[in-house]
Amino acid sequence: MIVDTPLLIVTDLVKEFNDGETSTTVLNGLSLSLYRGELVALLGPSGSGKSTLLSILGTLMRPTSGRFEMLGFNLIGARDVDLTEFRNQHIGFVFQAHNLLPDFTALENVMFPAATRKGRETSVDRRRATELLDKVGLADRRDFPASKLSGGQKQRVAVARALMNSPDLVLADEPTGNLDRESARRVMDLLIDLNGTDGTTFLISTHDETIAGQCRREIRLLDGRLARERH
Amino acid sequence: MTYSFKVALRYLASNRAQTALLIAGVAVGVYIFVFMSALIGGLAVLLLNRTVGNIAHVTIQAPDRDPVSLYGRDSGTLVAILKSVQQRTTLQSAAAFLPTIEAIPNVTSVAGVVAGNGFLTKGEAIAPVIVTGVEPDQVSAIANVAGNLVAGSGDLTIGKALIGSGLAKTMGLRVGQRVSIRSERNIDATLLIGGVFSLGVSSVDDGAIYVHLRTARVLFELPDGVSRLEVKLDDLRLAPDVARRIANTTGLKSIPWTEKNEQLLNGLVAQARSGDVIKGFALVTIVIGVASALLLSTYRRQSEIGIMRAMGATRRFVVGVFMIQGGLIGLAGGLLGAGLGYLSLLPFPLPEATSSTGLPIAIGEGAYGTAILLTFIGAIFAAIWPASAASRVDPVKVIGP
Ligand SMILES: Nc1ncnc2c1ncn2[C@@H]1O[C@H](COP(=O)(O)OP(=O)(O)O)[C@@H](O)[C@H]1O
Ligand SMILES: [Mg+2]
Repeated sequence: MIVDTPLLIVTDLVKEFNDGETSTTVLNGLSLSLYRGELVALLGPSGSGKSTLLSILGTLMRPTSGRFEMLGFNLIGARDVDLTEFRNQHIGFVFQAHNLLPDFTALENVMFPAATRKGRETSVDRRRATELLDKVGLADRRDFPASKLSGGQKQRVAVARALMNSPDLVLADEPTGNLDRESARRVMDLLIDLNGTDGTTFLISTHDETIAGQCRREIRLLDGRLARERH
Repeated sequence: MTYSFKVALRYLASNRAQTALLIAGVAVGVYIFVFMSALIGGLAVLLLNRTVGNIAHVTIQAPDRDPVSLYGRDSGTLVAILKSVQQRTTLQSAAAFLPTIEAIPNVTSVAGVVAGNGFLTKGEAIAPVIVTGVEPDQVSAIANVAGNLVAGSGDLTIGKALIGSGLAKTMGLRVGQRVSIRSERNIDATLLIGGVFSLGVSSVDDGAIYVHLRTARVLFELPDGVSRLEVKLDDLRLAPDVARRIANTTGLKSIPWTEKNEQLLNGLVAQARSGDVIKGFALVTIVIGVASALLLSTYRRQSEIGIMRAMGATRRFVVGVFMIQGGLIGLAGGLLGAGLGYLSLLPFPLPEATSSTGLPIAIGEGAYGTAILLTFIGAIFAAIWPASAASRVDPVKVIGP
């Protein structure tokens, strides 16, 4: 029997926000394991802490307490520079909005994670970015300025960019939240397809049950922890 | 580095109007810098030319003669040494030194003069004068007498005299008249006024009279040797150095013009300093302008910066993007301002040729390179704050829904 070790393990995660007098506990002892190749929906009403959890898992935010290991690295005590490098190599992001750099073309946006790491845009990366744009159905928009793309197109470029450095985990925070029904469906189909063909691990937050229904695993945030899972 | 450069350039290009305005603002500051440098430099040239142009840059005199002590050194007695005031200090062997001095770099001419005080009389009128005797071909070696004649000619044959315009006026003298001179050694001579000059320096114009060297030898009972050697240089700022060199090679006492014109020098230094203050303000304006523009830009672009950081861009990368923007703005503004400065200064005449109402502009003193370099450094300095602010942007806070 093959025992699969989790890609990521968080244990007893607590996140409090202290704004002077008031203190809000958003995550309160949350534990979670993600495995390679999973497609997971993170459900929860607005304000339940979905974005907070994704920010912590994406090394953009440090938890108040708890343990967080990914790929064997303990990410709790890591230095900022190391987290930045880790993020660049192992994590891809798709945000709800404001995803792209408006002064750069679709291709340049996709290449960004590689270019910022290498200090230049290589022809190898250009080829890979072109392939990724093709994969998300935007080969013909390759040299369009990001600001000239439609909302759905922007999100698909963002998906391509998230995959640029072949990450181990893609975190998508309500990626379809700002899209119309048709565009949202296309983006979701794309994510499901990429998960199926490339085996990329996705964690997608949403408050839309139908979207969550398309994912193989659903986790639900409730009072700062995960509710019992439905399999 | 290459990639930060690309991002920086893209940011500058994306808002052309704002970038152009910013560069123009920097260029104005640089223009002021260049203009002030050229003006202060021009003023200095003008003042130096007006005051130092017609005097010797280095004056060579015989060493002071101290009487020899009659007491032994080890006698334990204190010896008061009296400086001789009875003896005249003359350069007996001046001619021997001439080739040596003329061979020293930056020396353009050397003239031996026999000079002294005297009185000029015409009828009842009497006026004290300074008599300078020179070889006829050297009359304009130090002061441009021949070039500043208001009447007569500059020929200095024996028996002729050239007198200052102020002196001519107070004594009512004209070219062709005869005057008597009595020297400080009580010797008289009658001379024909051959020319009247006006150097624009009242101390000279009101009391100087040039005569043939041989006339002066008679007047001051100096059959050989000279009172002093007067040296002119191609760059009057080098006077102290050249004077030291002359003293070292000849053992003669050499006095640079700077020693007798401390006030003028102090004035020039003060003038340069006030120019520096204005230039400093121009630089401060540039720094503030660039800093505020970049700070605004980091604010406008914070969500983009957040995205970049989320994609794994390092703080250093973000710092680089904004520092490079600052540097590019500084360089472009510096080149533009210095270039326009140079072009706009081209029509100005040389400071020497400036009319009394015009601005004395020395186009060569524009300090263009310094202006560009300081602006470049200043703009990079100005970018430090915005760049570090940008690098501290928290992606979580700026990537909202
Ligand atoms: N920086 C912050 N300071 C204080 N409170 C915050 C901060 N970020 C998020 N919160 C609070 O944490 C809670 C969860 O927010 P969020 O993770 O964005 O929820 P979701 O993404 O599920 O809508 C909300 O109540 C929000 O007000
Ligand atoms: Mg959210």
